[in-house]
Amino acid sequence: MITIEAVDKHYRATRALGPVDLEIASGGLTALVGPNGAGKSTLLTIVGRLLDPDSGRVRVGGLDVVTAKPRELAKVVSILKQENHFVARLTVRQLVSFGRFPHSQGRLTAADREAVDRALAFLDLEGFEERFLDELSGGQRQRAFVAMVLAQDTEVVLLDEPLAALDMRHAAAMMQRLRDAADELGKTIVLVVHDVNFASAYADRIIALAEGRIVASGTPEEIMRPQVLSAVFDTPVDVVQHGGHRLAVYYRPAPTTQEHVAVMPDDDFGMPRNHAPAEASVPEF
Amino acid sequence: MSAEASAPTVGAEASVRPTAVSTPRGRRVPLAAIIAGAAAALFAVGLLVWGNPVPADQPGFWVIVQSRSVAVATIALVAAAQALATVLFHTATGNRILTPSILGFDALYTLMQTALVFAFGMAATQVEGVGKIVAQSALMVLFATLLYGWLFSGRRANLHVLLLVGVVLGVGFGSVSTFLQRMLTPSEFDVLSARLYGSIGRGNPEVLPWAALVVAAIAVWAWRRRAALDVIALGRDAATSLGLRYRREIVVLLVVVAVLVSVSTTMVGPMTFFGFLVAIMSYQFVSSDRHGQVLPVAVLLGLATLLGAYFVMQHVFAAAGLVSIVIEFVGGLAFLIVILRKGLR
Repeated sequence: MITIEAVDKHYRATRALGPVDLEIASGGLTALVGPNGAGKSTLLTIVGRLLDPDSGRVRVGGLDVVTAKPRELAKVVSILKQENHFVARLTVRQLVSFGRFPHSQGRLTAADREAVDRALAFLDLEGFEERFLDELSGGQRQRAFVAMVLAQDTEVVLLDEPLAALDMRHAAAMMQRLRDAADELGKTIVLVVHDVNFASAYADRIIALAEGRIVASGTPEEIMRPQVLSAVFDTPVDVVQHGGHRLAVYYRPAPTTQEHVAVMPDDDFGMPRNHAPAEASVPEF
Repeated sequence: MSAEASAPTVGAEASVRPTAVSTPRGRRVPLAAIIAGAAAALFAVGLLVWGNPVPADQPGFWVIVQSRSVAVATIALVAAAQALATVLFHTATGNRILTPSILGFDALYTLMQTALVFAFGMAATQVEGVGKIVAQSALMVLFATLLYGWLFSGRRANLHVLLLVGVVLGVGFGSVSTFLQRMLTPSEFDVLSARLYGSIGRGNPEVLPWAALVVAAIAVWAWRRRAALDVIALGRDAATSLGLRYRREIVVLLVVVAVLVSVSTTMVGPMTFFGFLVAIMSYQFVSSDRHGQVLPVAVLLGLATLLGAYFVMQHVFAAAGLVSIVIEFVGGLAFLIVILRKGLR
C-alpha cells in the first residue's frame, strides 16, 4: 500500500509536481499516464526515494520513504529507472543477484540463489545467465533489469517506462510478464507508461497526471474515454473497442465532414483546448 | 553505431579473458592475481638480495638486506595505496578514466605543503613527527573531499567537463605553488623541497609503520565491504534502490581515497599515471568486474609493476632514479591510448 500526502516538488521556480494526494492499494498493476512533463516520473522516483520531495510525506508498506532505514525500505520497495548504464561489465546472473543485496548483503544463501533462479526463469532468461549485458539485445537486457527488481522480492515494484526502447513484440511480452508478476507473485506494480493502450490492456488502475497534478484516476473503463483522454493529453483522442479492451486512437484526427476534402477547423482540430485546472472537466471517479 | 563497431572487440576480449584457478576450498582465485603475486614476491626478494656486495653467509649481508627492506616496503606500500585509491575512486565516481591524480590531487598536495611552509615558515617544518603528518593529511583529506565531492555531486557534470576542470585545477594549483615558492627564503625552500619530493631512496622509516597501518586497515575495510562496493558501482539510483545510503557511501569513499593518496604522496611524491596504469590493467585481467577480484588483482599488479620497475631500472640499467619517469611515461601513453580508442564514457 502506497500513501502519498501533499507531496510537491519544484525545480527552480517551476512546480514539477503537486501537491499530490494519492493512495494506491496493495496488489495489481497501476499505470501512471500523462503527457510529457506531467510529473509521472517525478512522482515515481519520489515514491521510490530516489528523489526527496520538497514537502509532503510518502509511506510505502507502513514505512516513511524519507526517514525509514534504507535497508528496511529496500525489502519493501524497489525501483527501476529508465536509463541503466553500468561501468562494470556484468553477466545476467550477476546483475540479478544484486537484487538479493538487501536480504543478504552480498553473501548469497541457498534461498537467495533460489530467488535469483526464480526471477531468471520468470523472465525467460534461462540460457542467458552467463552472458554479459552488453552482449544482449535491448529486449533481453530490459528483461534482465526487471528480473533484478523481481529478485529483490519487494511487495512494491516501481518501474519507470519499462517499455521504452522495446519493439511491439517485446513491449507486449514485457507487459504480460508484469501482469503475471502482479497476479502470480502478488506484487504491487506501479509503472510509468507512455502508450495509454498498454495501460488500458494490462493495468487494473490508471492514474492520469497533467501539469504536475493528478487529473483522473480509475479503472481502464473509466479513464479510456475520449473526453478524459483528450483533456489529459490536450489533443483529440478517439476511443475504440477492440478485443475486450478500449484503445485510444489519436494518430490522425478523422475528417470532420463526410468528404475527404475536409478542412481542419481553426480551433485545434475541433477539440476544446483545456487550460483550466483539468479536474473541472474530468468526471470524478 | 559505435556500439555495433565495438561489439566484435568486446567479444574478442571476453574470449581472451583468463580463467580462474580453483583452490581446494572451492574458491576461485583469478589467474592474474596468482601471476602478479608471484612476480611481486620475486621482484621484492630480488630487490632485497640481488647485487648484495656482502656474501650471504656473513652477518653484513643481513644488515644490507635490512636497510634495503625500508625501500622495498615503501615501494610496496605506495603501490598498494595507489592501486586501492584508483579503483575505489573509479567506483565512487562511476568512471574508469579519471583518477585522483589526473584530477589534480597531487598538485593539491603540493599546494597544501607549500602553503603551510609559506604561512608558518620554518616553524611548520621544525615540528617533526607523526602528529604533524597526521594533521597535514587531515587537512588535505578535508580539502580533497570537499573539492571532489562537490565536483562529482553535480548531475550535470560529464567526464569531459571533469577532465577539463581537473587539468585546470592541476595547473592552477601548480602555478600558485610555484608563486608561493618564489617568495620563500632559500632555507625554507630547501626544507620544502626535501618534504615535497620524497623518494624511495630517502624513505622515512619512522613514518613507514604508521603508513602501513593505515593502508592495511583500508585494504581490510575495502575487502570486507566488497559486496557493497559492487552495488555502489551500479550508480546512485540502483544503489539507493538496493538499500544503500549512497551519498554517505560516496563521501566515505572519497575520504578513504584522499587518505590513500596523501599517504602515497607523503612517501614518494606525486605519481600522476601509475594508479591509472594499474587499474586499467586490472580491469583487463580479471574475469569479473567484482571488487572481490578487482581489488586484490589491482594491488598485486601494482606491487609487481612498481617493484619490477625498480628492480629492472636498478639492476639492469643502473638508473633507479628514473623509475617514476618511466612509469609516468608508460602510464601516460596508456592513458592516451585508452582515451583515443575508447573515448570518454
